[in-house]
Amino acid sequence: MKRLATFTIDGEAFGVDVSRVREVLRPQDLTPIPLAPPEVAGLINLRGEIVTALDLRVRLGSPTRADDRAMSLIMTTPHGPVSLLVDDVGEVLEVGDGRFDPPPTTLRGAARELIVGTYSIDDRLLMELDVEHAIDGTTPSGADVEMEDR
Amino acid sequence: MDEIVAEFLVESIESLDRLDRDLLALEREPSREVLASIFRTMHTIKGACGFLGFPRLERVAHSAESLLAGLRDGSTSMTPEIAEALLRTGDALRSMLDRIASTGSDGEDGHDDVVGDLERLRATPAEAHTTEPVAPATPVTRPREGHGGVTDTTVRVDVALLDRLMTLVGELVLARNHLVGLAEDAADPALASASQGVDRITAELQDGVMKTRLQPIRTAWSAFPRMVRDLALALDKRAGVETDGEDTELDRSIIEAIKDPLAHLVRNAIDHGIETPRERAEAGKPDEGLIRVRAYHEGGQVTIEVADDGRGIGIAAIRSTAVEQGLIAAEQAGRMTERQLIELLFVPGFSTADHVTTVSGRGVGMDVVRTNIERVGGSVDVVSEHGRGTTFKIRIPLTLAIVPALIVSSGGRRYAIPQANVLELVAVSADDLGSVHDATVYRLRDRLIPIVSLAGVLGSTGEVRSGGSLVIARADDRRFGLLVDGVSDSVDIVVKPLGRHLSGLDVFAGATILDDGHVAAIVDVVGLADRAGVARGERDRPDDDRTTPVATSGATSLLVFSDPSGARMAVSLDLVERLEAFPRDSVERSGVDDVVRYGDRILPLARVDELLVDRRREHRYAGEELPDDLQVLIHRERETLLGVVVGRIIDVVEHPLELQPASRPGVRGTMILDGRVTEIIDLAGLVRGRDERRTTPLRADTGAAS
Repeated sequence: MKRLATFTIDGEAFGVDVSRVREVLRPQDLTPIPLAPPEVAGLINLRGEIVTALDLRVRLGSPTRADDRAMSLIMTTPHGPVSLLVDDVGEVLEVGDGRFDPPPTTLRGAARELIVGTYSIDDRLLMELDVEHAIDGTTPSGADVEMEDR
Repeated sequence: MDEIVAEFLVESIESLDRLDRDLLALEREPSREVLASIFRTMHTIKGACGFLGFPRLERVAHSAESLLAGLRDGSTSMTPEIAEALLRTGDALRSMLDRIASTGSDGEDGHDDVVGDLERLRATPAEAHTTEPVAPATPVTRPREGHGGVTDTTVRVDVALLDRLMTLVGELVLARNHLVGLAEDAADPALASASQGVDRITAELQDGVMKTRLQPIRTAWSAFPRMVRDLALALDKRAGVETDGEDTELDRSIIEAIKDPLAHLVRNAIDHGIETPRERAEAGKPDEGLIRVRAYHEGGQVTIEVADDGRGIGIAAIRSTAVEQGLIAAEQAGRMTERQLIELLFVPGFSTADHVTTVSGRGVGMDVVRTNIERVGGSVDVVSEHGRGTTFKIRIPLTLAIVPALIVSSGGRRYAIPQANVLELVAVSADDLGSVHDATVYRLRDRLIPIVSLAGVLGSTGEVRSGGSLVIARADDRRFGLLVDGVSDSVDIVVKPLGRHLSGLDVFAGATILDDGHVAAIVDVVGLADRAGVARGERDRPDDDRTTPVATSGATSLLVFSDPSGARMAVSLDLVERLEAFPRDSVERSGVDDVVRYGDRILPLARVDELLVDRRREHRYAGEELPDDLQVLIHRERETLLGVVVGRIIDVVEHPLELQPASRPGVRGTMILDGRVTEIIDLAGLVRGRDERRTTPLRADTGAAS
């Protein structure tokens, strides 16, 4: 059985492998960084450690967040913690292989790359996020160009 | 490997580096302290060998110790032969230590030749005429017995543990800030005093923990004196090395990364830079070449210089070699500037050495030097002067350090600017900036400096606000004014690296946490200047005015102006010392010259159009084409000033020089600037031409020179 930490983005339910989530934080003070790639929402101060916050809405190509009340999932990575900004954090769910399906073909382009597959739970669709891709992948809207520019 | 053995190896290798230094010092000048230090080193190694069971190593160290004891009590006197034997002892010990590191045993090689020499020299009595003992009868303090010796005061700690401590201290700082805030609100004397105590201790703890990861740069260059001596001997040259700032501290991993590049630069300096003693004598230099290695803090960076007083980089040789090796076309080579040619040194495979030596000239090296330094976020610049020497300047960022910084605000956000990049602060209004001319430059006392708006570069609002602060900043040899909305504080900040997602941002050097817990990005002043297109080459150091800076960007700063008839021209900003405006009626006549008073000097004036066509007119400053305030570019050639009168100053632009052939003398060429044909004036040539005409007074006025 796999355990997924669930959260929502623009009304849709997502999950990530719970073992990769170090902690969940309430909305934090964000310091935006000019000229940064678009998915970088800014830097947060995690008890003295400076952590880069990535906005999953930008990654998934969803509409821009209207307020600054994003929750923060602090993910562990080999290069230190990274924060993923999401709309709301839900419960941790156990999911079985039986209800697993590949990503729906109707999924929008940007999101499709980031989704491992879907689980149907109580008539709701839960999309499992590919953590590595979400953290390291690039956002099609020009983040790459930004980096190559130098 | 046994931990005790590992520790012994580390300590012994460190002491052997010191041994080399000490021996070279002793060879130059007898000193009882130095001799005592050498003796102690050898004794410590010998003692530990016996303890750990390395009989061959012990035997070599023992022979050396006996010889040293003889030197100390005066029964043997110091000779070059002895110095050589002791240096070779150091080498033998090193190779045995290497063997222990890889195999755990001190091997089969007993280094009998070294031991034999040491014993023979020990047996040679002091010669009558050099009987003065190196050390007096007072006994040298015996080192502590047994393993460890003088290096017992250090312990080895896992870097991961230090990182963890760093993070904890960061958390403590924030908790402290919270506590201090609460104590201020509570107005309770007991709480206030307790919070003060926590405040002070936290600061000291933070400082202490930061320092644990730093090492003096000495560890990277302790081998240089020996290396220089051996190389110079091998090449029949004479050279010494002088070091300065060896206590400058850098993160340990950075020291590891720059060790080899630095050694390579020193080797190059001896092989290519320093001339043979005869060549040096002919050039009027001391026989012995000097290599100076310096390190110092500059901004959030450490600068390391490797300078020699040798022949300088042969520009002609670079040019011909580059063409021979097919790197550039002959026709292209003729057009390249000195800077661009020097830059070729860093191209992989490039070498100008006439012959391949074991030292250098194999075409590997300079590109590797640059690559390794850039890998840790550093940069390399070269300054060379023909016949006077070459200086390599390496700048290494500190990713982990406390630096004093200025906290500024811009576009509603706060940024930290390392204090060492800040020369001064000026309060300005929009009028101050507009008063010179359309271009964004500011006249600071007598100097023109380009202005960069922080908000503009960072892409927030490009508007120049009605008021603000101008941070006069220095980025390597460039000076510019950074316009910010306000300056709030000057504090010590802890530099933290940016995460991978932001590592491509060259305008920021890192981030820091401010006292209130908010994060602020640290401005990388050099990266910002690059991004804003601030021209390189505006020299700040009067002592090496005539040297050639090597720029990494091909753009030139051009001052665009019109001549009195409205023709569009430009001149390299480097050639313009200042811009001045003089009222037309302040022009006076002195002999054949028109002059104005300029401070306590007399400044001769020349109209740019007259310089170009070699023509004199009557009523030169009476025409309607000139404004009431004469716009004057001040050009300086050594101590001689000339004011060049132009029509109007239009702009300062940053543009690569892509010249079309010149249409008339005195013009370097034409190019399209901002969509308009612009003549690039050869100001230095025009001024020389004027001087020549003035010293040939009989020459007829020819009208147009063309």
